[in-house]
Amino acid sequence: MTKTQAAPLLEVKDVVAGYASEVDILHGVSITVHGGEMVAIIGPNGAGKSTLLRAIFGLLAARRGQIKLKGQDVTNHAPNELVLRGLSYVPQVDNVFPSLSILENLEMGAFIREEGLAERLEYVLSLFPDLAGRRGEKAGKLSGGQRQMLALGRALMLDPNVLLLDEPSASLSPKMVDMIFDRIKMINAEGTGILLVEQNAREALSVCHRGYVLAMGENRLEGEAKSLLDNEEVGKLYMGT
Amino acid sequence: MATPQTISPNLGDRLRGFQRSAGNIAAGGGLWAAIIGFTVWAAFAERDALTVGIVLGAILALGAVGLTLIFGVLKFAHFAHGDSMMLSAFIAWLLLNGIIVGERAGSETTLLPVTINDLPGADSAIWEFSFGYGLIVAMLLTAVLTAGMMVGIDRVVYRRLRRRKSGIVIFAIASLGLAFVMRSVILIFWGPTPRLYTPGIRNRIDLPFDVSVLADQLFILAAAFVVTGIVYVMLFRTKLGKAMRAMADNPDLALISGIDTDRIITWTWAVAGCLIAVAGVLLALQAHLDSELGFALLLPLFAAAIVGGLGNPQGALVGGFVVGITQEVAVTFDFLSPGYKFSVAFAILILILLVRPRGLFGERS
Ligand SMILES: Nc1ncnc2c1ncn2[C@@H]1O[C@H](COP(=O)(O)OP(=O)(O)OP(=O)(O)O)[C@@H](O)[C@H]1O
Ligand SMILES: [Mg+2]
Repeated sequence: MTKTQAAPLLEVKDVVAGYASEVDILHGVSITVHGGEMVAIIGPNGAGKSTLLRAIFGLLAARRGQIKLKGQDVTNHAPNELVLRGLSYVPQVDNVFPSLSILENLEMGAFIREEGLAERLEYVLSLFPDLAGRRGEKAGKLSGGQRQMLALGRALMLDPNVLLLDEPSASLSPKMVDMIFDRIKMINAEGTGILLVEQNAREALSVCHRGYVLAMGENRLEGEAKSLLDNEEVGKLYMGT
Repeated sequence: MATPQTISPNLGDRLRGFQRSAGNIAAGGGLWAAIIGFTVWAAFAERDALTVGIVLGAILALGAVGLTLIFGVLKFAHFAHGDSMMLSAFIAWLLLNGIIVGERAGSETTLLPVTINDLPGADSAIWEFSFGYGLIVAMLLTAVLTAGMMVGIDRVVYRRLRRRKSGIVIFAIASLGLAFVMRSVILIFWGPTPRLYTPGIRNRIDLPFDVSVLADQLFILAAAFVVTGIVYVMLFRTKLGKAMRAMADNPDLALISGIDTDRIITWTWAVAGCLIAVAGVLLALQAHLDSELGFALLLPLFAAAIVGGLGNPQGALVGGFVVGITQEVAVTFDFLSPGYKFSVAFAILILILLVRPRGLFGERS
């Protein structure tokens, strides 16, 4: 999958970022997602995985380093500009508009573009038939799994080039986890690059092409998903083997 | 195919959940029963007060919907709401007559070269109303001007505070400051004397079931109904309105979805400005133009918005009527003199905050 020689879809180079001034959470993290790739970021609690996604998406200033989208520098660009350029993000929590209907949630995902809305809506609803039957219902009434589907659906409304996902399987039943990963694979098969943050290391590495291990705000390991799965250190640290 | 995840909380959790929802239903249902019971009782015992209460409720509802929209999208308590309403009412008065008071109280000077009342027939009464089409034109023009004024204030004051990432308390205090500025502007230009849009008698209309209302009050109800309808369509049928609700729900996710939040904020002020203007003119038509009235109205406005659940436009609509009706009917009781009107709003506010802080329509978060 690393054979693509064109500019990578997403390139994060030595990014330093943090919340409080003077306190860095990320100490120079680098990540690359190539066209058509599905990349996992795993790491223990508090490693800075969510922080990295927030920095990529312009929600948190990158103090140093560079972020490139399709070869163009987008470091510290505003989220609405990144959305226009084909980046989408599903946060870990609070990722739907609870008092809006399912349909309205999806419409908000396509706020910045009018054309092709109907076809896109049809595609997203066909991906999640559970939502299709309840499109008029408020998102706040959905179960955890359905909410996660809606969050994914909202992020897909603009047919993004890269999708950033923050623990889409968190607190879901095993059956739901399988279903969500299955859908993510389908989205990836349609050509969308995916950067997937997961606690669930084994599951994530088994669906992704490549993976990065993040610890204490630094790159610890990286490689083909298969080799990481077999890696002793990763096994010991994150999979309890 | 995918099945919804099954959650199996332990028995203790389930019992506690049941207890909580039972409490909610009791508090919510109890409040609803009290509201409906009170209104039905008033319909028999205090019909005139109920009628006035409904009219006042419609005005409060318009104000409270604007207040709750601002709270939802911008997350702060807009303390200048009442005074903006009264300032709008005076702007409409200026457009109608072109008059401001001169340096010495009483000596009126004409400010505008052309006024709405100069238009042919603008001040000859329509139907049984006390005013001509001029007032309606003035109200619509004022809505546009007030929308512009609110957007302008946002640019000059609130946007700066947003850029500085000020806390909500700073925003609320800034709006309180603006409230004083607006009241002073009214006093400087029009003085403290209460005024009416039109002199002359108010005609009474007899309706079925022994109800009689002023013709002007029918106009107030109709205007409030039309404006509420327009706002409803805007909020629930247009993309802009949906984005406002989305921002009220989850501002971070609105940003993440690519919604241009600055633009939505501007539109929120514009819509709130229109609501403020219409509510202000209707209030002055029901009562009078008075520099003090705006600030006094703040309490019932907040009570209405909180009764409905802050940030919830439908809730604010119902809340306006609840507060308006309760206020008017309660002061018919012998032990409450009309001077205690606003303390009734205060009592409702406290009751709601104690029993059901998220309001009648607020959802459990
Ligand atoms: N809003 C915030 N303000 C200040 N510090 C924060 C904030 N959010 C996270 N942090 C800190 O940043 C560090 C990294 O947090 P982050 O949420 O990125 O970790 P994570 O890898 O996503 O963990 P998890 O697997 O628990 O989601 C933690 O030490 C956390 O306490
Ligand atoms: Mg996280």
